[in-house]
Amino acid sequence: MAQAAIELIGINKSFGAVRANRDINLEVARGTIHGIVGENGAGKSTLMSILYGFYQADSGEIRVGGKPVSIHTSNDAIALGIGMVHQHFMLVDNFTVLENVILGAENDALLKSSIAKARSELDRLEREYGLEVDPDALIEELPVGLQQRVEILKALYRGAEILILDEPTGVLTPAEADHLFRILKQLKDQGKTIVLITHKLREIMAITDTVSVMRQGTMVATRTTKETTVGELAELMVGRRVLLRVEKGESEAGAIKLSVKNLTVKDSRGVTMVDDVSFDVRGGEIVGIAGVAGNGQSELLEAISGIRHAVSGEVTLDGKPIDLTGKADPGELRDRGLAHVPEDRHHVGLVLAFEENENSILGYHDDERYLKGPFLDVDAIMADAKDKIEKYDIRPGNPRLKTANFSGGNQQKIVLAREMEQDPGVLIVGQPTRGVDVGAIEFIHKRLIAMRDQGKAVLVVSVELDEIRSLSDRILVMFAGRVVGERGPEATEGELGLLMAGVEHQEAAE
Amino acid sequence: MDIFIAIVQILDSTIRLSVPLLLACLAGLYSERAGVFDIGLEGKMLVGAFAGASAAAVFHSALIGLGMAILMSVAFAMVHGFASITHRGNQIVSGVAINFIAAGSTIMLGQAWFQQGGRTPALQPGERFEAIIWPGADAVRDVPIIGPVYSELISGHSILVYIAFLMVPFTWWVLYRTRFGLRMRAVGENPAAVDTAGISVAWLRYRALICTGILTGIAGAYLSMVQNGGFVKDMTAGKGYIALAALIFAKWRPVNAMFACLLFGFLDAASIRLQGSPLPIIGKVPAQFMQALPYVLTVILLAGFIGKAIPPRAGGVPYVKER
Repeated sequence: MAQAAIELIGINKSFGAVRANRDINLEVARGTIHGIVGENGAGKSTLMSILYGFYQADSGEIRVGGKPVSIHTSNDAIALGIGMVHQHFMLVDNFTVLENVILGAENDALLKSSIAKARSELDRLEREYGLEVDPDALIEELPVGLQQRVEILKALYRGAEILILDEPTGVLTPAEADHLFRILKQLKDQGKTIVLITHKLREIMAITDTVSVMRQGTMVATRTTKETTVGELAELMVGRRVLLRVEKGESEAGAIKLSVKNLTVKDSRGVTMVDDVSFDVRGGEIVGIAGVAGNGQSELLEAISGIRHAVSGEVTLDGKPIDLTGKADPGELRDRGLAHVPEDRHHVGLVLAFEENENSILGYHDDERYLKGPFLDVDAIMADAKDKIEKYDIRPGNPRLKTANFSGGNQQKIVLAREMEQDPGVLIVGQPTRGVDVGAIEFIHKRLIAMRDQGKAVLVVSVELDEIRSLSDRILVMFAGRVVGERGPEATEGELGLLMAGVEHQEAAE
Repeated sequence: MDIFIAIVQILDSTIRLSVPLLLACLAGLYSERAGVFDIGLEGKMLVGAFAGASAAAVFHSALIGLGMAILMSVAFAMVHGFASITHRGNQIVSGVAINFIAAGSTIMLGQAWFQQGGRTPALQPGERFEAIIWPGADAVRDVPIIGPVYSELISGHSILVYIAFLMVPFTWWVLYRTRFGLRMRAVGENPAAVDTAGISVAWLRYRALICTGILTGIAGAYLSMVQNGGFVKDMTAGKGYIALAALIFAKWRPVNAMFACLLFGFLDAASIRLQGSPLPIIGKVPAQFMQALPYVLTVILLAGFIGKAIPPRAGGVPYVKER
């Protein structure tokens, strides 16, 4: 085995009563890509923050290149050749690429020589690694993929030999993610060591040489990627067998619950995002809408849930028309039995600064069950929240906790519990498992299927093709604002992929 | 020709009246660019004015006065820093507190030390900053156009006036051409980026506040040692707030700040000049209306004419390291 670039020996770290890292041992070989997987809250980020000097370990030893080191600040880590690409980019949005690169690594008190040096250095990095980016572009004007490239350049400019990437693909489109992986492989070929933190097992299988699995603050296993499987890793992460594909019976489609005819929606810039879309959703079936992000799915969801006004179209709910072009508001739709789990739970689905119990009735707070005269019935709300926490296994099970302190998966469960427990006739779900870890994905999928089996109409929009295929009874594919095809759940990934790319659509048009 | 002389005179007082605004505005620029809102400019100016006039009167030296003005103003800036950077307190509350302490303590100490109703003794020549007459100013006075412009507008101001206007290019240079400026702008936008780059957020913000303190100190000294021959209670009269308005109007940029302060200074100068003198068509206008005019225009300008002013993104938010 090649010499170790990093060794972590017996690392412990507690935050108050929470032991974020327990006796962690990790060895990362030089010139390899080492994956670290684990559910949200397993302690991956804490461990890497210790390595990068953001936190100090309570006990344990860090060795870099075989030598014991002490890392007290990010500066120490940078000096040791450790670079980090954070999940939320550490960039100044209204600075240029150059300014961001030299920030903290300036030559002297004046900027002139630093800028000149950075310019030639970026040029060299661009040639060596194919990391192209306009040095004078403003960060806020760059797409997310390029912003991430700037983060990588920042690390390389500081002479990083070891690059830590924290959930790097969370914000990337599939194409951008592929590009990132090519860059990482190239960096590896040049002898750099890469540590990749993620909870997406597919990425681990695609790019890493070795993978370590963390669970609840401990390091549970390290495997050579070639010799392991997604199933084994998922099991190690969650601590029990995980169904990667939910089992479900045949659907028994009933009457049409939601009918959409000729719906057209424009976005705030006036661009037509949903173009003359028609479909029905029947009781007892899950209809999945697949498509590359940005092809009108978000606007479609917003229009049907009453958040965004449609330009034209006829929509009926349980056979009765609803006017989505101006009259209907989300509250009215809720009253008529349409529940909506929004795509963006942080901005639309939850108020993160509220306590869990408050979020668990949000939007239904004027329901008589939660009121005592003109006031909120706190006891009833708490009882209701506790009930939902139990049914949906929301952790930690404390209804008084601030919602921001729950992990992504548990936040999603809070929203799902709120909407599903209203017993709606129609449930609309956007990105049911975005930012949700493996164990919770399984739970959420089972719940959605249970809704279906109770005879509810379920509409799911997701950019995860696997999810669409495993959940849906019928799959609609959206491209450029139109529904370009309908397939059954047996459709292959390739077939759907072609539809999503608009290939068949273009051929048909010609 | 009379009109020309009148215009030159108005412009001359425009310069004099905009100097304290400009210094305070640039002071605010340093702290706000570093992400610390400073509503306490007013208080720090007042403290500077009082400390300057007191020390000048006691030690009979304008320079010692200026030094004390800067020292006390920086000390107050450090109080603001201690509350809002080290202890992550609310920056608005801390700033307001500083204004109250400044207003109260200057009067109290002034009365205790000098027994003149909160005033400091009238400053004698040598205890004030005198006007600097540029070479040849008297000689060219009678030359048409150039004469009055050179002798009235350019020559004949105190050193602090020239310092104030030189601070504009200097601040621009610091912001955009130095490492300190780059880091300061960064810390006002995204302190986490600065922190992960291995730079201390707190120390950077403290240094920015020191700059703020120095400039408000000079502004205060100008009020009590140039514009006036001593300290009078509440002599800042809201200039710190006008400076903040100018800062927003200037979108946190130094050169814009100069023009914004000159505009506010001009409105002030024009209102003084026009008081009591009948205007064409409208006739005589009440003095109160003219006095209110700069403030009314301030409101109108801020409400409608600056477009979207985007403040530094991390402004007002204490930095908490969290993951």
